[in-house]
Amino acid sequence: MATYLEFIQQNEERDGVRFSWNVWPSSRLEATRMVVPLACILTPLKERPDLPPVQYEPVLCSRPTCKAILNPLCQVDYRAKLWACNFCFQRNQFPPAYAGISEVNQPAELMPQFSTVEYVIQRGAQSPLIFLYVVDTCLEEDDLQALKESLQMSLSLLPPDAMVGLITFGRMVQVHELSCEGISKSYVFRGTKDLTAKQIQDMLGLTKPAMPVHPAHPAQPQEHPSISSRFLQPIHKIDMNLTDLLGELQRDPWPVPQGKRPLRSTGVALSIAVGLLEGTFPNTGARIMLFVGGPPTQGPGMVVGDELKVPIRSWHDIEKDNARFMKKATKHYEMLANRAAANGHCVDIYACALDQTGLLEMKCCTNLTGGHMVMGDSFNTSLFKQTFQRIFSKDFNGNFRMAFGATLEVKTSRELKVAGAIGPCVSLNVKGPCVSENELGVGGTSQWKICGLDPTSTLGIYFEVVNQHNAPIPQGGRGAIQFVTHYQHSSTQRRIRATTIARNWADAQSQLKHIEAAFDQEAAAVLMARLGVFRAESEEGPDVLRWLDRQLIRLCQKFGQYTKEDPSSFRLSDSFSLYPQFMFHLRRSPFLQVFNNSPDESSYYRHHFARQDLTQSLIMIQPILYSYSFHGPPEPVLLDSSSILADRILLMDTFFQIVIYLGETIAQWQKAGYQDMPEYENFKHLLQAPLDDAQEILHARFPMPRYVSTEHGGSQARFLLSKVNPSQTHNNLYAWGQETGAPILTDDVSLQVFMDHLKKLAVSSAC
Amino acid sequence: MNLNQSAPPVPPFGQPQPAYLGHHQSSYGGQPGSTTAPTSYGAYNGPVPGYQQTPPPGVSRAPPSSGAPPASTAQGPCGQTAYGQFGQGDVQNGPSSTVQMQRLPGYQPFGSAVLAPVVSQPAVLQPYGPPPTSAQVTAQLAGMQISGAVAPASPPSGLGYGPPTSLASASGSFPNSGLYGSYPQGQAPPLGQAQGHPGAQPPQRSVPPQASSFTPPASGGPRMPSMTGPLLPGQSFGGPPVSQPNHVSSPAPQVLPPGTQMTGPPGPPPPPMHSSQQPGYQLQQNGSYGPTRGPQSNYGSPYPGAAAFGSQPGPPQPLPPKRLDPDAIPSPIQVIEDDRNNRGSEPFVTGVRGQVPPLVTTNFLVKDQGNASPRYIRCTSYNIPCTSDMAKQAQVPLAAVIKPLARLPPEEASPYVVDHGESGPLRCNRCKAYMCPFMQFVEGGRRFQCCFCSCINDVPPQYFQHLDHTGKRVDAYDRPELSLGSYEFLATVDYCKNNKFPSPPAFIFMIDVSYNAIRSGLVRLLCEELKSLLDFLPREGGAEESAVRVGFVTYNKVLHFYNVKSSLAQPQMMVVSDVGDMFVPLLDGFLVNVNESQAVITSLLDQIPEMFADTRETETVFAPVIQAGMEALKAAECAGKLFLFHTSLPIAEAPGKLKNRDDRKLINTDKEKTLFQPQTGAYQTLAKECVAQGCCVDLFLFPNQYVDVATLSVVPQLTGGSVYKYACFQVENDQERFLSDLRRDVQKVVGFDAVMRVRTSTGIRAVDFFGAFYMSNTTDVELAGLDGDKTVTVEFKHDDRLNEESGALLQCALLYTSCAGQRRLRIHNLALNCCTQLADLYRNCETDTLINYMAKFAYRGVLNSPVKTVRDTLITQCAQILACYRKNCASPSSAGQLILPECMKLLPVYLNCVLKSDVLQPGAEVTTDDRAYVRQLVTSMDVAETNVFFYPRLLPLTKSPIENTTEPPAVRASDERLSNGDIYLLENGLNLFLWVGASVQQGVVQSLFGVSSFSQITSGLSVLPVLDNLLSKKVRGLIDSLRAQRSRYMKLIVVKQEDKLETLFKHFLVEDKSLSGGASYVDFLCHMHKEIRQLLS
Repeated sequence: MATYLEFIQQNEERDGVRFSWNVWPSSRLEATRMVVPLACILTPLKERPDLPPVQYEPVLCSRPTCKAILNPLCQVDYRAKLWACNFCFQRNQFPPAYAGISEVNQPAELMPQFSTVEYVIQRGAQSPLIFLYVVDTCLEEDDLQALKESLQMSLSLLPPDAMVGLITFGRMVQVHELSCEGISKSYVFRGTKDLTAKQIQDMLGLTKPAMPVHPAHPAQPQEHPSISSRFLQPIHKIDMNLTDLLGELQRDPWPVPQGKRPLRSTGVALSIAVGLLEGTFPNTGARIMLFVGGPPTQGPGMVVGDELKVPIRSWHDIEKDNARFMKKATKHYEMLANRAAANGHCVDIYACALDQTGLLEMKCCTNLTGGHMVMGDSFNTSLFKQTFQRIFSKDFNGNFRMAFGATLEVKTSRELKVAGAIGPCVSLNVKGPCVSENELGVGGTSQWKICGLDPTSTLGIYFEVVNQHNAPIPQGGRGAIQFVTHYQHSSTQRRIRATTIARNWADAQSQLKHIEAAFDQEAAAVLMARLGVFRAESEEGPDVLRWLDRQLIRLCQKFGQYTKEDPSSFRLSDSFSLYPQFMFHLRRSPFLQVFNNSPDESSYYRHHFARQDLTQSLIMIQPILYSYSFHGPPEPVLLDSSSILADRILLMDTFFQIVIYLGETIAQWQKAGYQDMPEYENFKHLLQAPLDDAQEILHARFPMPRYVSTEHGGSQARFLLSKVNPSQTHNNLYAWGQETGAPILTDDVSLQVFMDHLKKLAVSSAC
Repeated sequence: MNLNQSAPPVPPFGQPQPAYLGHHQSSYGGQPGSTTAPTSYGAYNGPVPGYQQTPPPGVSRAPPSSGAPPASTAQGPCGQTAYGQFGQGDVQNGPSSTVQMQRLPGYQPFGSAVLAPVVSQPAVLQPYGPPPTSAQVTAQLAGMQISGAVAPASPPSGLGYGPPTSLASASGSFPNSGLYGSYPQGQAPPLGQAQGHPGAQPPQRSVPPQASSFTPPASGGPRMPSMTGPLLPGQSFGGPPVSQPNHVSSPAPQVLPPGTQMTGPPGPPPPPMHSSQQPGYQLQQNGSYGPTRGPQSNYGSPYPGAAAFGSQPGPPQPLPPKRLDPDAIPSPIQVIEDDRNNRGSEPFVTGVRGQVPPLVTTNFLVKDQGNASPRYIRCTSYNIPCTSDMAKQAQVPLAAVIKPLARLPPEEASPYVVDHGESGPLRCNRCKAYMCPFMQFVEGGRRFQCCFCSCINDVPPQYFQHLDHTGKRVDAYDRPELSLGSYEFLATVDYCKNNKFPSPPAFIFMIDVSYNAIRSGLVRLLCEELKSLLDFLPREGGAEESAVRVGFVTYNKVLHFYNVKSSLAQPQMMVVSDVGDMFVPLLDGFLVNVNESQAVITSLLDQIPEMFADTRETETVFAPVIQAGMEALKAAECAGKLFLFHTSLPIAEAPGKLKNRDDRKLINTDKEKTLFQPQTGAYQTLAKECVAQGCCVDLFLFPNQYVDVATLSVVPQLTGGSVYKYACFQVENDQERFLSDLRRDVQKVVGFDAVMRVRTSTGIRAVDFFGAFYMSNTTDVELAGLDGDKTVTVEFKHDDRLNEESGALLQCALLYTSCAGQRRLRIHNLALNCCTQLADLYRNCETDTLINYMAKFAYRGVLNSPVKTVRDTLITQCAQILACYRKNCASPSSAGQLILPECMKLLPVYLNCVLKSDVLQPGAEVTTDDRAYVRQLVTSMDVAETNVFFYPRLLPLTKSPIENTTEPPAVRASDERLSNGDIYLLENGLNLFLWVGASVQQGVVQSLFGVSSFSQITSGLSVLPVLDNLLSKKVRGLIDSLRAQRSRYMKLIVVKQEDKLETLFKHFLVEDKSLSGGASYVDFLCHMHKEIRQLLS
């Protein structure tokens, strides 16, 4: 087993890929019986400091329908200078540049350790990075001030040749012209009117003006600065100008009557931003950064009316079909998201408000384009400021950790087909021989567009084994998959990263043990969770839970060892042992449970869940709990109410929150001020330890988690109490004795109960 | 007028002329009316007698000639009856005395004297007092009659008109006619002469009695000096200029050749043709004049009538051919001069009901004693027929021209502001009329009876006051609303929109920055000017700074708004390209206080020309610009005014987009009206919204080609704004005019968001309104903005019988927001007399006002009817008015005489001017835009403006001694009055020409133009060099003072005789035949006479 763990880890480090199954069942039928689909978690741009890109272009298979990239798995005839494609078995000539290859003189892409190769494409014009700020001005004064400062700061982080643009909005939408001297100039749009891309471009004067005939100045080759230049300028040219402009930004001046929300034209602003880029930089990487301080209240994309007495929709309203603007707004944003995606532009949403801001409706903008979604209480918090700053963080080469306009292409050997992908992508609708008819996630294609991605962006890719049961695969046969990612690197280069992996086939009947042992329960949990969350977007919550439960039960039935009708006999092998627990926590997670979460929060959580890598995803599913005490070094403890003890300090990381919880005794000590007494310096250290650890997490994570410091009985302790397994509740409190933890006031089932039921159902022959 | 033709033979003209002369004289006579008048009349009479003696002048005539002569007759009759006597009796002096007396009552006297005579006289008598020869008087009346006929009979009267030429006759006749003078029957001439002279002299009126005839001078003497003078020369007439109002006579002099007179005529006119025809004529022949109309003969005819002359006529006839002597037909100049002399000296006291005020051309002071000053309200008649039947019969439109915010001369106090406290102004409970001097307090002052609806209302306790023994409140003189014709109330919150006191208004400057505007230098010029102009926004009373806020927009195909908030270092521009759905992109910082934002505004105005210096945008939008301004005001919750500076047809894709639809081929077709109609209804809708917001739009146009003024001016028109048009604007040539207009327009005091309502006492009711405003119902005139130049003409109709005793009352209430944001009500009250005799109506008319009404009526008519129909309607109405008079008030005369009521003797000439105006009869060089422009201008003109607009003032500059600093007396607008050795100024309120005769002395050329000879003068020059000599200073001073009198800056154009520009200039010589086919005065008069005769028969 250890070997498999190592193997998995190694693969992940090298290729950024983890499969649910590392040995594949060789027939369609068997594969479906495995319950957990054959799928992988792919981090296309995983940081590989040790992998310098090669400065040439990949060699492609010459078969038009294949075009796979030459890889270490290909058979090469060094003499004939031929290579056989391992996907379609086409034999190809090497290009002339490869004339000198031999067994000892191999190009990088043929060496086994280079299962992942990054190519730099030299052709084509390099386009600059483009950042379009779309800023809400209906903010409180200090919020706006903080936002302005953040924006100004961000200018200093951008490379000098990056193009920037600014759109502000409130009741109206203003597109600021950045090129003019003297008077600052902006184009203003009504916030209530849905404009087509053409209208927007006409109104911004982006369409080619019919050249007026000028008898006076015949054919004066007037320097025609590209038309777009008025709104998007290289930062080095207009740095001062833009800084001043941002400095002078005023709150939306339109009066907001008592009892009303400010009129906020987010929908139109975004539409204009998309239209502007569409008209000026189609098919060029660009980032639209939308900063909102409240819900859109007018025009297309409005989420709530301006009457304060009508609250913004809740899950309750949605269930009751009472959210009157939701459908229309969602449609509006989806349309925008698709347009942006089609042009390779990504949309970020930075929403900072105490109430909801309409992320539910707008989520597709980020989800389909690979943009960031950040939610906070105020722009004037370190949570936002640091998160925002982190967007512009750089890698060891000094390049931004962001890439644009990527296309991910998946090629499979013929026993496999691609069923779909779940992640921050849109389908490119490329049909091909390797596209499955069954869809899981976004399917029906072998290529996806990911407009914005970073080294942690991760997709779940789902496959279908199509090999028929009666066509056994020869012994030692391997299935291969190639992931090809074209993208625009932040250094403005076009690059291609190609990852080719292969796994063994196994006959599920005779070699089930192999398959079982090669099960990656962590990857499987995340992949199943993604499927569940994906379903949850369109289905009722209970249905999804039921589906998950059913899958879990079937998995246990398939791989558990038990005597029928005897729950106590039930056992799972090590490679499956944690899986039910993941599912238990997943069922309780905010990704599937909307109770206590606003629709916006749900959208926010799901957004991140669909793009984080495996480790982060697991943290999201099952938060990590560390315990600090005088009894020894900090240790991970069970996410269980029994871990909540009076003399411990707990640090919980749920990905979205970092909670530090002081046990009852510790809290009392702290109140008494022992930490300030020299003789109790160790107590001081104890208090400090979780803080330091928390800092570390805070620094590493994007987006910045909410930091909560609380203590026994504190109101914020609910963050902890809602996550732990309610092994002790007010119902069984006395049965368990008081000293071993804190009771949770809930009717939720505990892990124990859950497992008991699971076993009972798994061994039951009824299902 | 009668043109009589005494001499039938003679073609109309011929005679006419004489007649005219006569008229003139008579005119004079008429004038004399003023002072001398009496005498004059007398004179006339005199003449008459002299002449024929036969008839008691006038009278006789009538009969005599076939009508024609009538003129005289007419006069006769009239005169006699009415005046006649005046003339005579008082005649001259008499008049003075008497007249005055009478006048007091109403001007009428004078007036009457003149025309009136005829009719009025009877009544009036006053003037002359019957005494003298009544006959003569009559004559005067008759005056009108031109006809030679008069001569005989008329002689006496000599309708002024008449046929100048025929001095003789004229004279004769005229004299009598006095009024008519003008007419004088051309024919009369012959007689005329005889008479003429006499008459002429008469003109002077002075001549009292017949004797007057020549002697008249003597009589004339009174005023006459001139007259006399003339007379002499001319033979009698001459001088007359002065003479009567009526007429023209003055000119008479020219006529001189009285004897000749006849001759004069010769040429004339073919028109005669007609004349000839007219059989009936014979007598009339003169009539013939009338170019045609046989009837006309009247003109001349008087003479005919002259039957008496009969014989004479005969001879004349030969002459006949003559045409009416222009000097014999009623002369506007003379009427104006006379009124000036007679009424300019003492204040007009408004205490008496139904007084006819002095003419608008007269400079007089007003003392408000209970009726609104004529500066605020003028009526077509101050004596209203009691019944609608009478009104229908007379066809005299009952209309009032109201200028609620008229500017007053510094000597007159502006209306007092009355504050009735929280309860608001005191009003009648039933009809809601406001407290006014006519309200009757009863029951010891505890109640008051509404003078409009007779409802009895309680007097609120706080307003209670005891009555004195006459039933007047003791405090009547302490309260403006109980003692004055005009005053203001402070409005309470109930009178405000949304029950909120208004905020101060705002001005928004919206500047076209398309290629044309930039290239012409307009934008730079405007921005430069605004920098200083903004310090002079209108302010109220003694306020230190104006409460008006300002905002700026520039536009071409898109709009640029500017944020000029005082806290900004630099203005900010906000572009709105969504012209299809206009909105205002900012709130705060768009409308600012000028002082606070001075620096930012200056910076903005500096930068605007630079920013667009390289623009290549040639397309513009228009409706969205107005929409934007209106929305801005709406957002700021205030009323205000937009100043639009626009250059081209808005062809950019946007609401209100227009296409070039100019098509000269439509002229004179049934579709011609479409040229005046807006292309699209969008602008009406927009205007309606503007009105609702109190958004007034002033439009400055700078077109290089067709811009469709008819459509663009819809919004300004409906919102009470003004349109200014500077075709082919060039900074060098037009900047003075534009800047001056702009300054005036920006600085003038404006009332915003106004509603005007005219209430009337039972029996009549306001039924129609003309002017620049919008009406959403039939009673309330809504004005987004109203300034001191804008006038509303209101027409009344009977809906019941009026009572002679109680008269008719008008109350015009204007609710408006002052430029400081105060809500006020301005009330004007006017009491009119009612009459059961048509003669009273005709004696109390005001021709200028009538013309104002008729022009507006016609100009509105062209929107819906073919122009020809409109013209015919005007002519018919005029003929009916005059025919009714003739039939009911001047019966004794012969049908061939043209007899005009004294008060209306200028009606034909003025009406002819209206008919010839560009709108109703466009010349080849008049563009569609010009017509539309003029059409909308006239719509809100007041009486003084229409007066000079239709009949331009022509001032000889070199006739009077240089030292004489007063304005030189005007001469009639006819080519014949120009002498090539002189220089003339012509102005009509819009244009100003300096005409230089070809043989002007070199010295004059040198001192005026700084060049040594005529040929070196630049034609088309628009500025006179500043030279340090008396003449130059005087002329420039005169030009300046003329400009100061007009609401728009008149650009000077120097025209050299025989130069190509002269065509343009001659267009304004309205007494002549125009190139576009407009009739000459004489021809038209003849035509009118014919029409009248047809009606009478």
